[in-house]
Amino acid sequence: MFDYDKWQEIFATIMKNKLRTLLTMFGVFWGLFLMLLLLGTGEGLRNGVTKDFSAWATSSGFVWGRRTTLPYKGLRPGRAINFDLDDALAIENEIAELDALAPRIQLGGFGGSNNVVYGDKTAAFSVYGDVPAYHRLLKVDFVKGRGINPRDVAERRKIAVIGSEVHRVLYAKGEDPIGTYIRLNGVFFKVVGVFKSRRTGNAAGRDVQSVHVPLTAAQQAFNRGKGIDWFGFIAKSGSSAAVVEGKMMDVIKRRKRIHPDDVNALGHNNLEEDFNRMRGLFDGLRWFVWFVGLGTLAAGVIGVSNIMLIVVRERTREIGIRRAIGATPLSIVTLIIQEAVVLTAFAGYVGLLLGIGVIEALNQVVGTNASMFLRPSVDFQTAVLSLVILVVGGCLAGLIPAQRAASIRPIEAIQS
Amino acid sequence: MIHIQQIRKSYRMGALSLEVLKGIDLTINEGELVSIMGPSGSGKSTLLNILGILDQYQEGEYHLAGTLMKNLSERKAAYYRNHYLGFVFQSFHLLEFKNALENVALPLYYQKVSRRRRNRQAMELLERVGLADRAQHMPNELSGGQKQRVAIARALISDPKVILADEPTGALDSQTSDQVMDLFREVNASGKTVVIVTHEAEIAAKTARTIHLRDGVVQNETHQVGAAS
Repeated sequence: MFDYDKWQEIFATIMKNKLRTLLTMFGVFWGLFLMLLLLGTGEGLRNGVTKDFSAWATSSGFVWGRRTTLPYKGLRPGRAINFDLDDALAIENEIAELDALAPRIQLGGFGGSNNVVYGDKTAAFSVYGDVPAYHRLLKVDFVKGRGINPRDVAERRKIAVIGSEVHRVLYAKGEDPIGTYIRLNGVFFKVVGVFKSRRTGNAAGRDVQSVHVPLTAAQQAFNRGKGIDWFGFIAKSGSSAAVVEGKMMDVIKRRKRIHPDDVNALGHNNLEEDFNRMRGLFDGLRWFVWFVGLGTLAAGVIGVSNIMLIVVRERTREIGIRRAIGATPLSIVTLIIQEAVVLTAFAGYVGLLLGIGVIEALNQVVGTNASMFLRPSVDFQTAVLSLVILVVGGCLAGLIPAQRAASIRPIEAIQS
Repeated sequence: MIHIQQIRKSYRMGALSLEVLKGIDLTINEGELVSIMGPSGSGKSTLLNILGILDQYQEGEYHLAGTLMKNLSERKAAYYRNHYLGFVFQSFHLLEFKNALENVALPLYYQKVSRRRRNRQAMELLERVGLADRAQHMPNELSGGQKQRVAIARALISDPKVILADEPTGALDSQTSDQVMDLFREVNASGKTVVIVTHEAEIAAKTARTIHLRDGVVQNETHQVGAAS
């Protein structure tokens, strides 16, 4: 491999046919470049589209109460279904696949708003009573301070974590909100944390315009007793969210005396299907990219093979002379294969560098602005893998020409 | 050194079989300077190819330095060509993209001799054939006679037992032919066995012994008095 003479010979043949070599190498270069570009943009698209998903726990969902539509056990239809902490306990006890339950209440109902006051500033934000599990269900990043912890809930502490937009609106620029008190519907809560959303667009806007306080503290402060507005849940890893959701509804239906066939009494939603669909889409896209990319690469490699065949033909006399003065067939084979590998590997490497360069540039230009496109990238493993494929391809490309070169009989070559 | 016994060789051309060598017996001793002559079609080139292990033969036996050369694998054949034989061709057969020094050194490359050592030996040989000042020249910058001298140097570098030359002066004018022949005689004088195939009587006259081939058999032999060896 590190044989000076072989390198010299490879260099000599390459220099002798500059244009031809260049065109061949362009085939390989273009193949790898396109493949990386496709992989990178595919990754960018995936990152962009799945960004909002990544904020959610993989296997999670919600269940909320509506009105019954069927009479059952002497109860009339049209009855409103309301939850309380006893339902939460029953669910937690009965469903083994449940990882965590996140019962929630909202002040003023869904989409409603409250007066949130700090000092002389007043604004309208959503206020929720939560347990710690909710921040595992819909993940947020704490910029300052901490989240809600189990003792906050157990001791009904009047603390609050606020969204970054709440912080921006109510506080003077640069003012640290930790330790200050805000008034929610006339009740003072101590601010212990500020969070940012992991989602984008409208969803993120909603997230950061909310205030989360411990569930129990909210129930007490706002006269909600044991009432709960809806349940969020996380299924254990490996369990299906749909299954947990179904079991939860069975428990609730039994406790609330809802007809088992009444599909309208409870509302539910889980992200599992969306997750799976999205994953399927991008897995498919990835396969497609590899398929196209490898096809392009194969075309380049076949080009190299063809050129090597021509090279062997042109060098028939030379190879004959070498054989006559003592070259073994093996030394001829390795010479040709090495040349093919050098051509493909070098061209591929340039393609690799340029591909990564363009993806990086795209990253810089697009940044985090585009809603469907984020962080286009090719991981190191993929890059190395494609280079390995290329070198193997180069070996294969050299194989047939090398075989032909080795079968040249010195006497025929010399006499021609 | 070279001992061949009842060598037969035929080429198959479709249904026809053309016998080129029809039972040749020949012995060449170490240190001889021999020429093989004959009209075209007499089988002299085929004989040389067999002597050079470049071609196979069907019947008979060929011993080179006491070793039977028959049905060799390509690897073995390459080994014997490399270690026992040096070739000189009518059209020189130098590698165009290598300079004189590299051309001369090439056989040693296939013996896995280090670059420095083989270049030193190649330089010594170029000095011996009087071309030390042309070491860095490419073949297309050399005259025919110079090319042939480079080729002879290349044939000598692996210190072979036998030098085989196929019409070595066929592409040269008479003056350079003489120079090349002088070089062959000098090589022979240093102890190497030299076999030259030619159809020129003047060339054959400068060898000690001439073997005349005709229609695939040895017709007769002549010995030149006063020639070297």
